[in-house]
Amino acid sequence: MKSLGSIRRSFAPWQEADSKPYISFKNVTKKFGDFVAVDNLNLDIYEREFYSLLGPSGCGKTTLLRMLAGFEQPTAGDIFLDGVSLKGVPPHKRPVNMMFQSYALFPHMNVADNVAFGLKQAGMSKSEIGQRVDAMLKLVKLEEFERRKPHQLSGGQRQRVALARSVATRPKLLLLDEPLGALDKKLREETQFELMDLQQELGLTFMIVTHDQEEAMTMSDRIAVMDRGMVVQTGTPAEIYEAPNTRYVAEFIGSINAFEGLVTKSADGKISLKGTDGFAMQVDAPPGSSYSKDQQAWFAVRPEKLKVSRKKPATKINAVRGEIWDLGYLGDMTIFHVKLPSSLVVRASMLNAQRTVEDPISIDDDVWLSFASDAGVLLER
Amino acid sequence: MGTLFRRITIAVPYVWLLVLFLLPFLIVLRISVSEPVIAIPPYAPQFDLSDGLQGWSEKFSQLSLANYQWLFSDPLYTNAYLSSVRVAIISTFITLLIGFPLAYGMARAPERLRPIFLMLVILPFWTSFLIRVYAWIGILKPEGLLNQFLMWLGVINEPLQILNTDNALYIGIVYSYLPFMVLPIYSTLEKMDYSLVEAAQDLGCTQLGAFWKVTARLALPGIIAGSFLVFIPAIGEFVIPDLLGGTETLMIGKTLWSEFFNNRDWPVASAVAIILLFILVVPIVLFQNAQARSVEKSQ
Ligand SMILES: Nc1ncnc2c1ncn2[C@@H]1O[C@H](COP(=O)(O)OP(=O)(O)O)[C@@H](O)[C@H]1O
Ligand SMILES: [Mg+2]
Repeated sequence: MKSLGSIRRSFAPWQEADSKPYISFKNVTKKFGDFVAVDNLNLDIYEREFYSLLGPSGCGKTTLLRMLAGFEQPTAGDIFLDGVSLKGVPPHKRPVNMMFQSYALFPHMNVADNVAFGLKQAGMSKSEIGQRVDAMLKLVKLEEFERRKPHQLSGGQRQRVALARSVATRPKLLLLDEPLGALDKKLREETQFELMDLQQELGLTFMIVTHDQEEAMTMSDRIAVMDRGMVVQTGTPAEIYEAPNTRYVAEFIGSINAFEGLVTKSADGKISLKGTDGFAMQVDAPPGSSYSKDQQAWFAVRPEKLKVSRKKPATKINAVRGEIWDLGYLGDMTIFHVKLPSSLVVRASMLNAQRTVEDPISIDDDVWLSFASDAGVLLER
Repeated sequence: MGTLFRRITIAVPYVWLLVLFLLPFLIVLRISVSEPVIAIPPYAPQFDLSDGLQGWSEKFSQLSLANYQWLFSDPLYTNAYLSSVRVAIISTFITLLIGFPLAYGMARAPERLRPIFLMLVILPFWTSFLIRVYAWIGILKPEGLLNQFLMWLGVINEPLQILNTDNALYIGIVYSYLPFMVLPIYSTLEKMDYSLVEAAQDLGCTQLGAFWKVTARLALPGIIAGSFLVFIPAIGEFVIPDLLGGTETLMIGKTLWSEFFNNRDWPVASAVAIILLFILVVPIVLFQNAQARSVEKSQ
């Protein structure tokens, strides 16, 4: 598979043979009674990485962080920090801080005392604490609020106090459990970039939990997509987006159309399929894959890789007729929902710069949908 | 119609307070400045509507503070007050020591068990207070259950004299008032977000440190409420010292009772009650301030 490094910066320690992971989950399982919350999981996270755990609610993300912070013990397996097992190390002895989903600000302390809490525990001198607290509050732009109690702050301000408190002690690793979950959309987007800047500035390793794929894509060096206690795929945002390894991942990250088919022929790096929707497909075989005849498979194509046109394409392969079912104008682009004869509704998008002004496609029009043989990935499940 | 209804609903608690608290207080106050006589009722003067204004002002001049002077001149009363305060403080402290872990255990128990534990705490109220205190006599007396059990264990050879000592008094008070300590502490602990404790540990506190800096600190309003709810009734407690305490157990409630029933000295008994009330006003005001402050804080 083509190697897509981090787009954000040239940083890819996971590709270097001699770099050692900072955090290693080795066959970690966590059970609550009979319920398996984390299932034989392996993960490597490198120093200064911005690592996201992405998955639906209840898939075990928080449990994973809590094991790392020391609030839960793995039922089996072990976690290593800088090569040293964390087994039996209590939370207060771990160089790991956590920013809680609920923020967990101390309600009886003002903002400055909240931020100073960890510093006092570390036995810092009073003047040092004062300086550090001022610096942290400046960093999160809350200087004027140092005397306020948490209940006198807005959600966004609380979030920033929690952040300042958790980075004040300069932990090597910061765990953030849905840090932006309680914020509104606009504030979220601003804060995403602030988090990224902060991480760069302080040189920390971030492990962040989210169920918002856009958020994960924007901020992360790498993402682990989780499902029911297991990691389904890890990779850079581009890898996960361009080359999802299952339909689950593909559907979780952005929207995707999965054209189902049965393999008819596999030769010369191309695979031919008989589409369930009544059209023939011929697509690039994923490297290292082996498909046999009559095997069920899905060709997953992103909406922006589908071509919508009134004109009949030159070849009948990878092309299907449909009807515009629905249409959404988003300013920069237009989203089409196209209904196929099998009544499957497919999503396609087109930049408005490409959409011809003289003859725009509108609702109820008959159109042709087509895609190139390398427009998506063929998935076994 | 609407405003009338509202006025009535607002008036109800005031009428209630007036009839059930202020009037009895005024009656007791008035008896406390009277003179004891052998009559029914056993104090003088008696005010009568037929006396006319002249008779009333004459009788008014007969009222005096002599009973209060008497109370302060006889060390028996001062000692009884001091000893009551001491007993109440010690009992409150013991109740806190037992009640806090109980409340903590309840608040941290699985959610489905909590109503059961709450029920168990409240259950004793279904039986008469008097009967429960009597039951302790059966347990604590020399041939009672506790002594039999200890002797069976071989811890002691002879029965211990527990009944009619201060120890029995403390056992009785702590047992009776424990729910008043447990419930307010439980209610503060139950609504506490446990992730605060974890956050404290995460930021470098040991478990014990996090307990002091977060759990105990946030439970403080409950601890204060519980302590006052135990302290205030314990000071004036009469039944428990009478039934479980010894002859030398001096408590103001017992003193009051004997003034009233044994000596039939209603005026002195009333004066004792009024002074007790003033002693209690201090913690009650403190308590209300603390409550007001915690309400302010939680807003
Ligand atoms: N202390 C616990 N006891 C029992 N079940 C738990 C406990 N903590 C988490 N779980 C269960 O484990 C699963 C994963 O939870 P969690 O890690 O919080 O998911 P996520 O953060 O991905 O939403 C959930 O089904 C949850 O109900
Ligand atoms: Mg969670």
